[in-house]
Amino acid sequence: MSANTRSNRLLQPSATVRHAILLATGALILVPFVWMVSLSIKPPGEIFGTSFSFWPAQFYGIENYTKALTEAPLPRYMGNGIIVCATILALQILFCAPCAYALAKLRFLGRDLLFGMVLIGLLLPHQVLSLPLFILGYQLGILNTYAALIFPYVVSPFGIFLFRQFFKTIPDDVVHAARLDGLSELAIVWRIMVPMALPAVIAFSIFSVVGHWNDLFWPLIVVRDQSLMPPPLGIMVFKNEEAGNDYGPLMAASTLVVLPLVIAFLAAQKWFVEGMTGGAVK
Amino acid sequence: MSEPLALSSASGEPSATGSVRTLPSPASPTRRRAFTEALAAWTLAGPAVFFLLVLFFLPVIGIFVIALSDWQFGVRSFSFVGLANFREVFADPGFRTSLLNTVAYVLIVVPGTVVLGLLIALLIESGKSCRSFYRAIHFLPFMATLTAMAIAWEALLHPTIGLVNQTLAAIGLPTANWLRDENTALPVLAAIGIWQNLGYAMVLFLAGMKSIPQDLYDAADVDGADLWLDRMRTVTLPMLGPVSMFVVIVLAVRAFECFDTVKVLTRGGPGHASEVLLYTLYRESFEYLRTGYGAAVAVVFLAIVVTLTLVQAGVLDRKVHYQ
Repeated sequence: MSANTRSNRLLQPSATVRHAILLATGALILVPFVWMVSLSIKPPGEIFGTSFSFWPAQFYGIENYTKALTEAPLPRYMGNGIIVCATILALQILFCAPCAYALAKLRFLGRDLLFGMVLIGLLLPHQVLSLPLFILGYQLGILNTYAALIFPYVVSPFGIFLFRQFFKTIPDDVVHAARLDGLSELAIVWRIMVPMALPAVIAFSIFSVVGHWNDLFWPLIVVRDQSLMPPPLGIMVFKNEEAGNDYGPLMAASTLVVLPLVIAFLAAQKWFVEGMTGGAVK
Repeated sequence: MSEPLALSSASGEPSATGSVRTLPSPASPTRRRAFTEALAAWTLAGPAVFFLLVLFFLPVIGIFVIALSDWQFGVRSFSFVGLANFREVFADPGFRTSLLNTVAYVLIVVPGTVVLGLLIALLIESGKSCRSFYRAIHFLPFMATLTAMAIAWEALLHPTIGLVNQTLAAIGLPTANWLRDENTALPVLAAIGIWQNLGYAMVLFLAGMKSIPQDLYDAADVDGADLWLDRMRTVTLPMLGPVSMFVVIVLAVRAFECFDTVKVLTRGGPGHASEVLLYTLYRESFEYLRTGYGAAVAVVFLAIVVTLTLVQAGVLDRKVHYQ
């Protein structure tokens, strides 16, 4: 007994070791965030000095953040990000939920074919489709508009898939009862299925918004006007064209771009982890 | 982003046709009922089907057509040229460098991320306190806008004022111009890739550990596996096998899709030292407007990603009975 506990204690990481290692790796992980915030509140003199301190001798945050908000149209970028992400999400739910309901609860010729199409759609990396989608956008005359940023994503195979999986767990009796109450199929989708599948809707919303808020590839291809750029593209242009070596405002701008998702994540960690991993491993 | 994951759960489940359903009530005239149901289904699915066809299937066909033809932006003529574009791509030393760089990047990022993610997950799971705190910290980079964080990394890696070089100099180690040196650019980008993804691997492993039944640990106890290491060796790690396979493939796909850091930090340079497939695809298609070349690169990229995902689906299908 005593031999057992001793070797247990020897081989299982003790609480102290566990905390020591995890605090160390955690600190390393946070270094880029801390450095970014630190530079964003330092005056140029201290940034280019050789001091090591996190907190500046002279607090220069107000100047840097004002510069980031005025010299780069940062509020505009954030607004664009919100418009694009919100529209994409709304359209995705609008188109995916009815389709997922049909796949989960209705019997019809071609259902397996349709589900196969959804699975193939899941398989395709979006960047591969960018050239034909760019040509399509050009033909439609919508390049360099909000529509260009939105249209490739109005339907999400992942959304259909996720909703279908969730809808299948809702008992058929619920659907029968709703029909007996005289609800149309469409009303069943929006008044019964979607509210009951709220966890899936939230998980998908997080997945979608995070993905599109952070996306650089597609906006880079279809948008030229600064007034239309979402945050990642905007901040890249700010870095290349204006800020250059003006690190303070650049870091302030980066901090502001990262901040909304980080706050949302810390506030709803469980939901974010679920949304981002797609309920992959049960 | 993490879309390929969904396939795994699809394969584990009985197919739609095999499932028992009771929807059409037996009293109703069945044929008419079936027709209304099919009509309703296709009406509900209609918009999604339309957009799936236009935004996914048409473009896939399109990319193959462009890859096999001499079509250019703004040119009306169009003829099939067979595999000429692919021959050009594979004869181009620039593309071969890009492909090799991408493979090297994946071979650093995937093992690094899996090992670190697994170790951190094991450590977090080995105690009860502060679990969600540690999970949150390590997961944070996966959420954060990579373009903005790349800019923060550039400041960290700055040759003179960057924290990395200042620290190295302070403890007497050699410094480097990390992003401008062709020996360090790609490894540094890979390190950023590991930094970004290890929290993702961690949460997948944590979820995998949660699903290991307690009975197995009890059985291991009865069999004399008292030591923590023994329990790891006989229960935890073997039971994580399928999850690990899944994590490896998902991370490999994500690593193959590396683009943001390259675009922001190195633009493929110095020389071609950090050029990766998606960056080549982007530059050839949209900066040089070499559509045939760009489309051929896209097809190669598609082939790699689809193969990886199918391997995953196949392996997981076979391992479903593991538990």
